[in-house]
Amino acid sequence: MQNQGETGLSRRDLLSLVGAVAGSAAMYQAMTSLGFASESTYKGPIRLEGDAKGASVLILGAGLAGMTAALELRAAGYRVQVLEFNSRPGGRNWTLRGGDSFTELGGATQTCGFEQGLYLNPGPWRIPYHHRAVLDYCKRLGVTLEPFIQLNHNALLHASNAFGGKPQRIREIKTDFQGHVSELLAKVTRQSKLDEAVSVQDKEILLQALQSWGALDKNYAYKANLISADYRGYARDPGGGLHAVPVAGEPINLSDILQSQLWRYLRNFALHEFQTTMFEPAGGMDMIGKAFAREVGDLIRYDAKVTRIQQGDGGVTVSYVDSKAPAAPQLAKADWCVCTIPLSILSQIQIDVGARMKAAIDAVPYSSSIKIGLQFRRRFWEEDEEIYGGISYTDLPIRQISYPSNGYNRGGRGVLLGAYVYGGANAYEFTSMTPADRIARAVELGSRIHPQYRAEFENGISVAWHRVPFTLGCAGSWTEKLREQHYDNLCQIDGRIVLAGEHASYIPAWQEGAILSSLDAITRLHERVVRT
Amino acid sequence: MLLALMPHSSHADEESRSRPQVPLSPGFRFTEATGEELFVSACQGCHMPDGKGAVGAGAYPSLAQDRNLESGGYPVYVVVRGQRAMPPVGAMMSDVQVAAVVNYIRTHFGNQYQDAVSADDVKRVRP
Repeated sequence: MQNQGETGLSRRDLLSLVGAVAGSAAMYQAMTSLGFASESTYKGPIRLEGDAKGASVLILGAGLAGMTAALELRAAGYRVQVLEFNSRPGGRNWTLRGGDSFTELGGATQTCGFEQGLYLNPGPWRIPYHHRAVLDYCKRLGVTLEPFIQLNHNALLHASNAFGGKPQRIREIKTDFQGHVSELLAKVTRQSKLDEAVSVQDKEILLQALQSWGALDKNYAYKANLISADYRGYARDPGGGLHAVPVAGEPINLSDILQSQLWRYLRNFALHEFQTTMFEPAGGMDMIGKAFAREVGDLIRYDAKVTRIQQGDGGVTVSYVDSKAPAAPQLAKADWCVCTIPLSILSQIQIDVGARMKAAIDAVPYSSSIKIGLQFRRRFWEEDEEIYGGISYTDLPIRQISYPSNGYNRGGRGVLLGAYVYGGANAYEFTSMTPADRIARAVELGSRIHPQYRAEFENGISVAWHRVPFTLGCAGSWTEKLREQHYDNLCQIDGRIVLAGEHASYIPAWQEGAILSSLDAITRLHERVVRT
Repeated sequence: MLLALMPHSSHADEESRSRPQVPLSPGFRFTEATGEELFVSACQGCHMPDGKGAVGAGAYPSLAQDRNLESGGYPVYVVVRGQRAMPPVGAMMSDVQVAAVVNYIRTHFGNQYQDAVSADDVKRVRP
């Protein structure tokens, strides 16, 4: 089939057209979407020039922020040491595989029963193409990436009280919604009701565009025919030989789509942070943390729980205990400190900083989030339903089911992300359950979307971030008002201490935020060291 | 493998006899009504079923025999506004629900503060 997007216009022609017609704001938007206006603040590998004068830096936390700082500061000539609460590097950059065990706050221990090669990323699990700092470190550290499928047109949208509880294909909801809206818009355009907003010259172009975008017929109607079927899929697919003629399906009517609320999930495929191409590290997100640790692992003291952070004219002194066998505090000293401890924990540690930074540390609530990984004896989503990767969204408390973006079309077992809840009452309610209850509920709820769950489920593992001992929550939950009051104070260098992490960024809960925050913090710290 | 699942399930059943089943609200807000239900759904995730909190890299404070609960206004404020990293869970509850869960905590876990807070007390501290 011919590509209908080929117009013969160059990108620049298109941009000036957009600029002339819709004004500069629209042009900027178009530029951004065409890739001319870059939105990332990452400027390529950091260059810390000038003499570090043999200064020492103590880094608290071996997550991505901490290990970025360790890597770059050592390269710049600093003497670096890192204290980490866990027995492993990475922090929230974390993957659970078969045989791994995890003890949550409250004492429940789960041992992951997944088959070898299958895993759950309890924390970050996807990387937008514009998170250039994360991508650059992956490149520098040799982390293999593969595409993460955010939008699969054949995955499902599900509303408990619509369509008799039957999940709908994304391609049908998306195409039908777009088709009906296009038809409505074409109708009022042809009735000259938009003449004030649309010039005479544009009117014809708009109608053509609506026909193309909305799969409308020659009378600008959206109907069951092979035009709409080319977009939404067929009731019977085209075949070969006899009885091969394709049959169009009946579009879902507009009112049903509106009432079902399924349209609200379409933004998950439109938002900049979820646009294709997204990536995941092959083998699990913790490949990034492990790659960092190959570089800086020798600097890290594991099982170190920080209990006090002091500073004076002579330097920084941090007290810590063995997190597995707390005894008398030990001391670590350095000239400077980069502290990446989550604010949920840092707000409980006595720290010598000014009142404004302390107020900022105390100001940020940590969001509630849960993820549940479920292993099934076969990849029924592929075998029965032709769903290869992507995410189904639902109004059930599990919110979404994500299919693995790897190992496609292979026999044998597979692991689904069977629930990913971020905020709202359900996140707290799932957190409140025992791990076994969480998994049982996720299986019960998910079986309403995929009845195969009942026969195929084998085992699962759940992580409720408020029960995670090393973070006590998922991520910093800023509001605009909180940022106005506290953000700049949080990011200042206070004497010899500077904070870093996703909580000190405008990209909260994303690894990019952690790394950009760290690069900014050490750049300013280095400037100060060189200057003094 | 189904056999491997069975002990889990029966274990969960045993547990659910000894404590209330955690419900799942249909929307963004908590729909539980009683103080006990709300504690189980909104609070015990961090403060634990026995109210005694937990310790990791940081800690969740114990609510058991808690002198901080003596004045009802304090827990009302914390539930509605949050405190440090604790989210303002009361934002997902009505005034009546916040009062119910505060009254529950102040009369359980070894706390015996009988002066109940009211929905109006809650309304006054809403942002």
